[in-house]
Amino acid sequence: MKDPYETLGVNSSATDKEIREAFKKLARKFHPDLHPNEKAAEEKFKDISAANDLLKDKEKRRRFDAGEIDASGAERPQERFYRDFADGPAYASHAAQDGFASNEDLEEFLARAFAGGGRRSQDRSRARGQDVSYVLPVGFLEAANGAVRSITLSKGKTLQVTIPEGAEDRQMLRLKGQGNPGFGGGPAGDAYVELHIEPHPFFLRKDDNIHVEVPVTLKEAVLGARIVLPTINGPVTMTIPKGSNTGKALRLRDKGIRNLKTGQLGHQLVTLKVVLPSVMEPELVAFLETWQPKNPDNPREGMLE
Amino acid sequence: MMRVDDLVEQIAPLQRSDLEDWIRDELIEPRQDAKTLLFTDMECARVRLICTLRYELEIDADTLPVVLSLIDQLYDTRQRLRSLTAAVMMQDKSVQAAIIAAMERDGGSSAADEA
Repeated sequence: MKDPYETLGVNSSATDKEIREAFKKLARKFHPDLHPNEKAAEEKFKDISAANDLLKDKEKRRRFDAGEIDASGAERPQERFYRDFADGPAYASHAAQDGFASNEDLEEFLARAFAGGGRRSQDRSRARGQDVSYVLPVGFLEAANGAVRSITLSKGKTLQVTIPEGAEDRQMLRLKGQGNPGFGGGPAGDAYVELHIEPHPFFLRKDDNIHVEVPVTLKEAVLGARIVLPTINGPVTMTIPKGSNTGKALRLRDKGIRNLKTGQLGHQLVTLKVVLPSVMEPELVAFLETWQPKNPDNPREGMLE
Repeated sequence: MMRVDDLVEQIAPLQRSDLEDWIRDELIEPRQDAKTLLFTDMECARVRLICTLRYELEIDADTLPVVLSLIDQLYDTRQRLRSLTAAVMMQDKSVQAAIIAAMERDGGSSAADEA
């Protein structure tokens, strides 16, 4: 048996009160009846109780300190705890006859079903590994359409991260059990990956819709046209109506982001921007010089009052 | 089966008057055989637990019933959980796998909320 002072975590000059307090603290943590989940609690509690039995008795403590007795003298007889009756075995006795699965199978199933849960009640010596967190920069289109990326962790381990379709900026992904390893057989921690979505040169996401400004030529704007323009899923053809001005809004149905929760598709909202030819056309200039508009507009009218 | 005298003798710190209080408050329910109170092995273990709570962990006499009630609820819940698990274990492997998958999903979403 271990040194009783060490078991209680006190030094050999500890007062009775310090010993009592140390025992109380450990007993709360390890009394098997208070921790039916923890198989190891019973052994630990026995050690703690034996150490306490020895040290709380002045005479026994004096004789131990003087080397007259060793710690094994204080070992407790086999004690049956309340949990031995109130917990498992009551079930086990029925189990055998009813053809149910064995108690071990049940425990194993429970452990699998509740893996990672009940953080507060876990055995302290079987600590769960630490969670780790990473920031993963993600391209705009990767986030919009979903992607699988592999990231290399600090310890050289490589993880496959599935970026869900429609992932949002600052979204946190949890990779269960991919954090640091646990201690004493405890489960590994989780890895948290925060997605940082990079901006796109012309697509802008608002909620599930994609906004994009599309330049059109003067001719396309005046006469109407079928133009090819990009969407997050690749190019599509869209009809520009005759006489479309800068600022005209058009909608491409279902060409937006798929909502993570509802699965509904957003739209692509197109705003037209009329651009003049990059190199001036002499015929166009000549025409405008002689052109007398039938309805002379002053587009600044509303700004001058 | 043990009698009150056996218990008081076997569990050193146990005060007879305390034991009587606990019986009166129905924290312990021994069997009454003629004039004699009889304790099953399970009741004896329960008395030992109460002694640890009361004398070693120094839980107040007033608080003791609260603590015991919580412990009882814990064991009751564990028994129900066992019955439920036993029922699940009798199902097809595919059903068991589906249940585990659903529980993992559940655990995942609650942890994500924390983050």
